Amino acid sequence: MVEHAHTHEHPHDAAVATDPTPPDARPKLAVWKFASCDGCQLSILNCEDELLQIAESIHIAYFPEATRAIVAGPYDLSLVEGSITTPEDVKRIHEIRAQSGTVVTIGACATAGGIQALRNWADVDEFRSIVYAHPEYLSTLDTSTPIASHIDVDYELRGCPVDKTQLVEVLAAFLNGRKPRIPTYSVCVECKLKGNVCVPVATGTPCLGPVTQAGCGALCPSYGRGCYGCFGPQDSANTEAMTRQLAELGMSNADIVRVYRTFNAGSPEFAAASDQAAAASSTGGPS
Amino acid sequence: MTHQLKDGGQVMQVGMLARVEGEGGMHIEFKDGKVESVQLNIFEPPRFYEGFLRGRKFTEPPDITARICGICPVAYQSASTEAMETICGVTTTPEIQLMRRLLYCGEWIESHALHIFMLHAPDFLGYESVLEMAKDHADVVQMALRLKKAGNDLMTAVGGRAIHPVNVKVGGFYRMPTVAELQRLRPALEQGRDDALAAVALVATFDFPDMEQDYNYVSLRHPDWYPLERGTEVVATSGVRFPVTEIADHVKEFHVAHSNALHASFDGKPYFVGPLARYSLNFDQLSPTTQEAALKAGLGETCRNPFKSIIVRTVELAYAFEEALRIVDAWRDGHAPSVPVAPVAGEGIGASEAPRGLIWHRYRIDADGVIEDAQIVPPTSQNQASIEADLRKAAEQWIDLDDHMLTHRCEEAIRNYDPCISCATHFLDLRVKRS
Repeated sequence: MVEHAHTHEHPHDAAVATDPTPPDARPKLAVWKFASCDGCQLSILNCEDELLQIAESIHIAYFPEATRAIVAGPYDLSLVEGSITTPEDVKRIHEIRAQSGTVVTIGACATAGGIQALRNWADVDEFRSIVYAHPEYLSTLDTSTPIASHIDVDYELRGCPVDKTQLVEVLAAFLNGRKPRIPTYSVCVECKLKGNVCVPVATGTPCLGPVTQAGCGALCPSYGRGCYGCFGPQDSANTEAMTRQLAELGMSNADIVRVYRTFNAGSPEFAAASDQAAAASSTGGPS
Repeated sequence: MTHQLKDGGQVMQVGMLARVEGEGGMHIEFKDGKVESVQLNIFEPPRFYEGFLRGRKFTEPPDITARICGICPVAYQSASTEAMETICGVTTTPEIQLMRRLLYCGEWIESHALHIFMLHAPDFLGYESVLEMAKDHADVVQMALRLKKAGNDLMTAVGGRAIHPVNVKVGGFYRMPTVAELQRLRPALEQGRDDALAAVALVATFDFPDMEQDYNYVSLRHPDWYPLERGTEVVATSGVRFPVTEIADHVKEFHVAHSNALHASFDGKPYFVGPLARYSLNFDQLSPTTQEAALKAGLGETCRNPFKSIIVRTVELAYAFEEALRIVDAWRDGHAPSVPVAPVAGEGIGASEAPRGLIWHRYRIDADGVIEDAQIVPPTSQNQASIEADLRKAAEQWIDLDDHMLTHRCEEAIRNYDPCISCATHFLDLRVKRS
């Protein structure tokens, strides 16, 4: 990895004071968790070939899953996993913004609200009582929202989970003060590059590939199944055409609602497409 | 870290428990030199999986429930597929079962290697993290990364990716890996088996605090092999045994104020799931090599010292490599990847042995395959009472240590469980009180 050449400029750079403890030229990294499965921060530890090198280039200052050591902020780079689901977390994310130079959100929870954003269409009081005998013990919001709904975010890395190669690219870009080279085109492009047979064309299998951002390497079509949208909407997702095609392949409106409402249900494009399918459904919603 | 209480008691606290999956805390109060109360606090915000699974299709839980935990998604995929197949009266083929076991071996390897070396070993060797440890023990850390990578590569080959595999479905797989794909893994698996066996001897040299508890161990049991992806029976140290389908009659969940994860009791009492339970109840099902490695490492056929769970986990790591090699070598191309599963109205249970212990799912679906009710019981929530019992014992036993040392020891007592708080719900904030 390239030696540290951090020239990134950000309005919050004023907050990046010098660390009073031993001088360390490396930028300071913090990894934060909100409502999530831990999978995206695990992707950092899953960089088996790069981990020790990453730790040479970046000072891992706050990462509770990996270390007991806590180095106080401010931090040059904060990676944020998870969505905002409690009043306390609303407060915490603002504190993190205030002590971070650059904030990068990682994964579908942080960038779209995650699967737990299904509560946005439901009665959370009912959910509470389905799962918990004493709902009054819980402190929770009625919604699950992405980090960018609460603070300015410098970059959003998609995926459920994120792809570790893309994660390393984001870190390398940060270290070099450039933008990450992450494609925003569709999964279809990856299928073409890989030489995959198109699953909806060849086998009539419904596939969200045309509206989903690349990044996984067209994983599901490579296994003969349709894409289920882990990486959220691509940059020019035509969900109307997608919905028509899903219907032509035999999906009911209720099925279409469900297929848009998974890990990126809270993304504006998928949320709108699911609402349209729900409105079109004779029952007015998912059955 | 020590705070005086108004009533003369004292509380010791730490902001957040580190090197566990998810976030949570601990609260211990001392009064007059005695442990007054102990709580494992889990305030990770709830995500309501069991709520939003209602109304979803019976085919969806393998993908959806995988997202409960990025470290053990296969545990969720296995329990949910088995539950749905049971409800629908479908039996898969022996080859599908073998491939599930192989995928599960990958998860055990990846998860155990992570916990043994990156989360747990730093406690014994006196480091804050594996990265610090790497400066003095480069060869051990290189081995750890190699082991972990072998597990992730196995999951990728079978499941498509290491976190939230895409190849699992109710009825089997979307596509079977080929002999050629699996054989490519062989060198890393062989190396992994040898490394893991050497690691058993290595971790056995650690200095273990002397503490034993009279746990009621609970695990799956299978007549033919050590339990991973499924079992036929649930067995317990208490002597109770029954078919997996009856587990909901024995386990009751309940909600306490200090945790967002439901507690559980087994026949009305606390119980313990995880590697120590599996090992102590299934030692006879381990391979001769791993049995020998365990005995050489100083373990008996049962183990009641929770700090020694790191040795047991390493024995299981070696076993998972052996199993993976056995399955890879016996694999032949041409097997159907799945069997068709049509929805049948009913209720059923699926269970497997997650790296951190027994996990089970119960679903009720209607004739169209729409989920009417879901219950998911992960290992860490079942272990909360045992964790609290260990905290109490540790705090009592080492009450004379200074605050810093005692706090560390209590953290270790929690880390022994490899708690997955994301699974259980999450958020750990460590506090100790004393007077």
